[in-house]
Amino acid sequence: MLFWMIVKVAFKSLMANKLRSILAMLGIIIGVAAVIAMLAIGTGAKQQVLDRISAMGTNLLYIHPSPRGTAGVISGTQLNLSDDDARAILQKIDHVKGLAPVVSRSFQVKYLNQNTLTQVLGTTPTYLSIRDFEVESGRMFSDFEVEHWDRVAVLGPLTASNLFGFSDPVGQVVKINGINFRVVGVLKSKGDQGWFNPDDQVIVPYTVEMHVLMGVTYLREIDVQCEEGSDLDAAQNDIFALMRQRHKIPAGMPDDVVIQNQSQFIEAFSATATTFTILLGTVGGISLLVGGIGIMNIMLVTVTERTREIGIRKAIGAREFDILSQFLIEAMLMSGVGGLTGMGLGIGTAWLVGQVSPFPTIVRVYSIVLALVFSAGVGVFFGFYPATRAAKLDPIEALRYE
Amino acid sequence: MIRAENLVKTYVLGGQVVHALDDVSVTIREGEMVAIRGPSGSGKSTLMNILGCLDRPETGQYFLAGEDVSKFSKNALAEVRNRRIGFVFQNFNLLPRMSALENVELPLHYAGRHDAVKAARVALETVGLSDRSHHEPAQLSGGQRQRVAIARALVTNPAILLADEPTGALDSKTGEEILALFKTLNANGHTILVVTHDAHVAAHCQREIYLHDGKIAAPPNDDPVAMSQIAADKELLPEAV
Repeated sequence: MLFWMIVKVAFKSLMANKLRSILAMLGIIIGVAAVIAMLAIGTGAKQQVLDRISAMGTNLLYIHPSPRGTAGVISGTQLNLSDDDARAILQKIDHVKGLAPVVSRSFQVKYLNQNTLTQVLGTTPTYLSIRDFEVESGRMFSDFEVEHWDRVAVLGPLTASNLFGFSDPVGQVVKINGINFRVVGVLKSKGDQGWFNPDDQVIVPYTVEMHVLMGVTYLREIDVQCEEGSDLDAAQNDIFALMRQRHKIPAGMPDDVVIQNQSQFIEAFSATATTFTILLGTVGGISLLVGGIGIMNIMLVTVTERTREIGIRKAIGAREFDILSQFLIEAMLMSGVGGLTGMGLGIGTAWLVGQVSPFPTIVRVYSIVLALVFSAGVGVFFGFYPATRAAKLDPIEALRYE
Repeated sequence: MIRAENLVKTYVLGGQVVHALDDVSVTIREGEMVAIRGPSGSGKSTLMNILGCLDRPETGQYFLAGEDVSKFSKNALAEVRNRRIGFVFQNFNLLPRMSALENVELPLHYAGRHDAVKAARVALETVGLSDRSHHEPAQLSGGQRQRVAIARALVTNPAILLADEPTGALDSKTGEEILALFKTLNANGHTILVVTHDAHVAAHCQREIYLHDGKIAAPPNDDPVAMSQIAADKELLPEAV
């Protein structure tokens, strides 16, 4: 039988039961749309974060104390990075453009009757350029204020609106852990980054954070900005050597600091994001599978309903293969039309999400191909059993079927 | 033309063995119009299924156009049904949602013929329905539907036309018209086998094969229409007695 005749017959029988066909296709439509939209969101989110990380520059080094632990269990962090270490790095290591010591803890921040629990981060003005922050209103505190332990604070925009609503916080006095700080500036919003919202924090001089708020002598980390184009590996090795010397680590003992750079971040994040994307895709894939079962269900009903038709076709000379291909093509047509509709819906959804949410979405060609191939495969796989059943029907029984 | 020898077919129904066909032999010559008649349960449907290659006998041989088809595979039987046998059913068995023309084309598509539309038009013309070729079965009367079914049976130019109670679902006037059409076709050289329980229908045929309990038998004596035929039958078909 000519192929286009089969397709025509299949199309006609789908049109004869429009509602049923649409309901059966719905699973595939949603499945394909889900795969495409999910992958687009996952890919977009990954790209956005990678862009942000790259925008910060690839010439940054982050120095942390080594975690202490045995057999993979982190049981604590050594307290060994001092602000003297930071000064030593700035003075002795080549090609270091700037650095920012960082120390932080969560504190209650109060303004009149408003209060919020937020991260209070102590650092130097260099931190803003290293971490790509900008000041929206007011100013950043100065190195002079850092040296003089001045109680000044720069608020993240979210913290500012939490405490001050729509009024201007600059010049006002907030209490951090009960101590008065003068607000000198508000940061520009960077948007929630998922695992951490940089808009919700307070930045103060690290000297004040360490000695006044926390009463400690150790830093959480040191952010080092090297000169553009300089050899990060060399700088990293120099810092390791300097730290060993300063911390008096005997030869043969492991380093007591960890140094991360941007490319390690990108690598680690990429791996996480890929896992995340695969997870999203799998969820979509499962709905495709469920859609396939819906198609199989409807095809089984169709075969039973059309038993008589199958009998007639066999009586006038249809071979088993003719019947098989007819029902298989019908199933594939259903999943194919569903797949195409789902593709449109998925791309539309991805576009809409990109428009209304802060997450950009990127529809990659491979995700479309993947979803369509998968849905056609679902049609063949789940159409095969009903089609075989139809093909194997006994013509006499089938003709007698009422 | 058609020669079936010693056909045997048994069914097990509710633990009982039923001899649907018990050593039945039939010969139908080319150009004949023959009735297979018998009460329900006589085995006439089983015989028709075997002669129509929808079923295979347990033992016995069936020669269609000189070939023993009783041992053919399912696919080969499908091809025989497609090319050498035309079926006409009591309830027409046309496919809904397909026009009369498309219904008639269908066997040609399974045969892989490319002149399907042309041949189908000719067949529809033969049964006098050219003007209804684009109507769907639901838009046709019973007699017209049966004509379309006959056109579909004819279109592959089969060796034999098998009609199973072709007038069973029609009023008597339309039934007569259909029988008249069969007679015309027969006069034009088609071999026709009509399965019926109705003596009046059988009376239109040249002879009848009467089945009773799976065996060929003489029609009962109180059967007025058949009575007139018995003599002729004996001459034409000695083994039928």
